[in-house]
Amino acid sequence: MTSTLAGSGSPAPARRPPLDPNAPVILTVEDLKVQFPTEDGLVNAVSGVSYELRAGQTLAIVGESGSGKSVSSMAIMGLHDPKRSRISGSILLDGQELVGAPQKTFQRIRSTTAAMIFQDPQSSLHPLKKVGPQIAEAYLAHHKVSKQVAAKRAVEMLDRVGVPNPDRRAKQYPFEFSGGMRQRAMIALGLVNDPKLLIADEPTTALDVTVQAQILDLMNDLQREFGSAIIMITHDLAVVAEIADFVLVMYAGRSVEHGTAQEVLANPRNPYTWGLLSSVPSLTADVGTELHPIPGNPPSLLNLPEGCSFRPRCGFSDRVPGDRCAAELPEFRQVPGEPGRMTRCHLEDPAAIFADEVAPTLE
Amino acid sequence: MTDYTSDAVEPPVVDISKSAGGTIVHESSREREILLTVTDVAKYFPVKEYSGLFPKTLQTRAVDGVSFDLAKGETLGLVGESGCGKTTTGRLITRLIEPSAGSIEFGGRDIAHMKEKDLRPMRRDIQMIFQDPYGSLNPRFTVLKIIGAALEIHDMVPKSQVKPRVQELLELVGLNPEHVNRYPNEFSGGQRQRIGIARALAVEPKVVVADEPVSALDVSIQAQVMNLMSKLRRELGIAFVFIAHDLGIVRHFCDRIAVMYLGKVMEIGDREDIYEKPQHPYTQALLSAAPDLNVVRGAVPNERIRLIGDVPSPIDPPSGCRFRTRCWKAQEICAAEEPPLEPAKDKPKHTIACHFPEVKTELVADVEAS
Repeated sequence: MTSTLAGSGSPAPARRPPLDPNAPVILTVEDLKVQFPTEDGLVNAVSGVSYELRAGQTLAIVGESGSGKSVSSMAIMGLHDPKRSRISGSILLDGQELVGAPQKTFQRIRSTTAAMIFQDPQSSLHPLKKVGPQIAEAYLAHHKVSKQVAAKRAVEMLDRVGVPNPDRRAKQYPFEFSGGMRQRAMIALGLVNDPKLLIADEPTTALDVTVQAQILDLMNDLQREFGSAIIMITHDLAVVAEIADFVLVMYAGRSVEHGTAQEVLANPRNPYTWGLLSSVPSLTADVGTELHPIPGNPPSLLNLPEGCSFRPRCGFSDRVPGDRCAAELPEFRQVPGEPGRMTRCHLEDPAAIFADEVAPTLE
Repeated sequence: MTDYTSDAVEPPVVDISKSAGGTIVHESSREREILLTVTDVAKYFPVKEYSGLFPKTLQTRAVDGVSFDLAKGETLGLVGESGCGKTTTGRLITRLIEPSAGSIEFGGRDIAHMKEKDLRPMRRDIQMIFQDPYGSLNPRFTVLKIIGAALEIHDMVPKSQVKPRVQELLELVGLNPEHVNRYPNEFSGGQRQRIGIARALAVEPKVVVADEPVSALDVSIQAQVMNLMSKLRRELGIAFVFIAHDLGIVRHFCDRIAVMYLGKVMEIGDREDIYEKPQHPYTQALLSAAPDLNVVRGAVPNERIRLIGDVPSPIDPPSGCRFRTRCWKAQEICAAEEPPLEPAKDKPKHTIACHFPEVKTELVADVEAS
């Protein structure tokens, strides 16, 4: 690689264990579309997302608000009201097709095969129930055991996620927990049934950095222990660097880039990813330089532009011959000569443009 | 015709020095001309505790003895975890609330306990930008009325000049001046934050307190607003107190940084002192906890200092040094005596409140043993 950012033969982030390429596939999402009919018209919240996730791997889905990262993940959990949403494409979770599946299927899947933790632990725990019994209830729903066994399991889970004095804490209410402890309790609740897939929707956004570091470490440790696949929804690229094996970048409801975290963050191939990286002030870069924001705002999901959705904000569309960017939506395709890397862009040689023009502005 | 509809258009340079009467300060010629001196300021909020027969009134020590100064054209960053008192400090400086103790000297006068009537002229000089671009603009007012109100209250321009001046301000912050009659809901989050900035600038302040001005915005929009604030600072020479939890943005924007913990300043110094040679264990822990994008670019990940547990309650803070309950260096003296904020060796501007300050050379491997 010509880019100075790639660092010759730099190791993968030290906090992640090496990947097992033969791990079983847990989740395959193909051309997923989610639309919401509203009074103003059809909202195209997700209009074409594809990815695959194997056991023990962490996929980070990044994008700005309205990019469809949460909506696509909620579709996996069956959290969209079938009457108010139109879902098409395919979601294969542990061999089972979920698009069009009845609510009963989702009830069985939730918490046993897939579990979700949310940004705001305050509002996702029942405020009037003690923490221990809430976790025990989730265990009881899927296991034929006595209440005592379930209660014991709840305490054990609290202990596992690093809540001190789990015996005493299990008998407390959520309001008696601090933000970080509450997020730990949420994770305990999510993992109580040993799910194969854990979806974490901005789990650390509401937390302070020191607590965020604790929770990210915890998620790494737990993944090693339980071997679950994790989907981490976030807007923070630095968090991605810390925790993810793979990254999926989304823009206006579509996947625009996919690859290993190392590849996507160090050598991105899509102009939108370039823009995201240039927007973030680094902890080490020279100060006093201007940031390079992406101009403009994301498009309205009611009325996506013709062709590439990012074109109105993209500084590179004039490199594509003709008016292809405006006329034709680029396919989500493999980057020529780079297996495993996917991008949605008409640019012929994004690697060269990144190395020559974008990378120098990032340091 | 410039296209203002997008959020990022760099506004044409408006010669504000003429229209606003401000002076342009050049970085090189700047001397530390002190605008604001905060001395031992404290704010206690009463809380009722309902245990036993009679409710007891306790004090939450949100800010408990904070001192710093701010020079003309300087940007001071206030960083720390939630509950450390950074927002309360910002509200004290702007005198949105009255301090329980201490003094705030601005323009040669102590404004800490000044009456509302006397505060009026000073309110012009110290303005605030709020975190929430949705909650801080009245949804029933047009932009003209929102910004115009600031102009009228302080009698900045004759009535007939209000609209042209508002349009000028909109242009300055990169919004379309033709949108003066629009309502806040017609703007995006980033644009609303620009309106908030225009409102603060309308009265030509000397100091702007910005409380997490970009944390509610998406990253690409964050960078747009940060660039705007850098530009205004450069061109108008306004001093900023910048409250944020994002260490990368603070490093990008601030000359000096004060690190707060539980209502106290732990360390204060120039950007390089704080980010390159932090001496307080808490600053070191805070910096090491920030996730770093550079690990994927081949940078060696920092050994992370794992702080154990949570911030103690500000109602009953620990004796001595407030950080000692989570500090791996803590010894007996830390519980007995509160370390004063003292200058580092050969560095009069870099002060640290710690009994055992040291420049981190290599991190202790078993910091978790604390």
